[in-house]
Amino acid sequence: MITEVQATLFVAGAILMGLGALGAAVGIGILGAKFIEGAARQPELIPMLRTQMFIVMGLVDAVPMIAVGISMYILFAVAG
Amino acid sequence: MASGELTSGAYIKHHLQNLTYGKFPDGHWGFANDALEAKEMGFMAFHVDTLGFSFVLGVLFLFLFAMAAKRASIEAPSGFQNFLESIIDFIDENVRGSFSGKNPMVAPLALTTFIWIILMNTMDLVPVDWLPSLAGAMGVHFLKVVPTTDPNATFGMSIGIFLLILYYSIKEKGLGGFVGELTLHPFGKWMLPFNLFLEGVNLLAKPVSLALRLFGNMYAGEMIFILIALLPFWIQWSLSLPWAIFHILIVLLQAFIFMTLVIVYMDMAHQKEH
Repeated sequence: MITEVQATLFVAGAILMGLGALGAAVGIGILGAKFIEGAARQPELIPMLRTQMFIVMGLVDAVPMIAVGISMYILFAVAG
Repeated sequence: MASGELTSGAYIKHHLQNLTYGKFPDGHWGFANDALEAKEMGFMAFHVDTLGFSFVLGVLFLFLFAMAAKRASIEAPSGFQNFLESIIDFIDENVRGSFSGKNPMVAPLALTTFIWIILMNTMDLVPVDWLPSLAGAMGVHFLKVVPTTDPNATFGMSIGIFLLILYYSIKEKGLGGFVGELTLHPFGKWMLPFNLFLEGVNLLAKPVSLALRLFGNMYAGEMIFILIALLPFWIQWSLSLPWAIFHILIVLLQAFIFMTLVIVYMDMAHQKEH
């Protein structure tokens, strides 16, 4: 059956992933909003802005993605 | 494998285990037969599948590019040559945009990291069970085909980049200049321990975040492929197709971000004024 340690590990993995998702969603939402605003002001710059948006998205997504990776590891390779 | 039905948990764990060749606790060397044995090997263990796949893909990259370069012709370029030239133009543009120093090594470094990481990440798009089943038929029990899902591979690359950052920082700024930059920014010399702490964290965050970002993205992607593989066959396509398409974007994006950050870190290492 599921032991108490395993149950705590499941909750830990879930919190890790949930908070990571929250941070990533808010961050990328704001980033996307700024991109659309800038694109509306100067449509001719859209390709350049899009490239920069993806670069910054990769950076904003970094720590939440690390959290997702560690959470997946805890949920499946540690807690079983 | 285990007797009786393979549970979903055991299937997942089986797919997450690397092919480990190492020193058993009693001293003899051999392949680990399960996850527990692999863990007990501790430090003296090699992930043969990671090393093998990354080496083979590196050699493939060098071979393809060298072959295209030898047969390069100006009057009638082949399709492959055009494709490679567009890639090199892309890298050149990126390096020109971010790197302001003078170092002929940076552009080839950017090209290598970009193409090598793309090749390694693309192994994730091969269906989960194909290569491990092929290996199982040849007697190899565990096989993880994507080297970048192994933190050893990503940390290996990022530690290499970190050593390059240190080398070029000291070469361009001198040892005194480099240490000065670590200890005298952003506050003056009276806050030296605090400066050292902040700048130390900043310096160490570079390779750690570089490695873990790539690892986290690829590990999570592979994890979801494994989970989708557990679904019944008549519903698998509805999930695995959109995820695979999305994953193609992630593969290219993560390689691009790794390359861009390498160029930016090299640029920061070459900056003299500050």
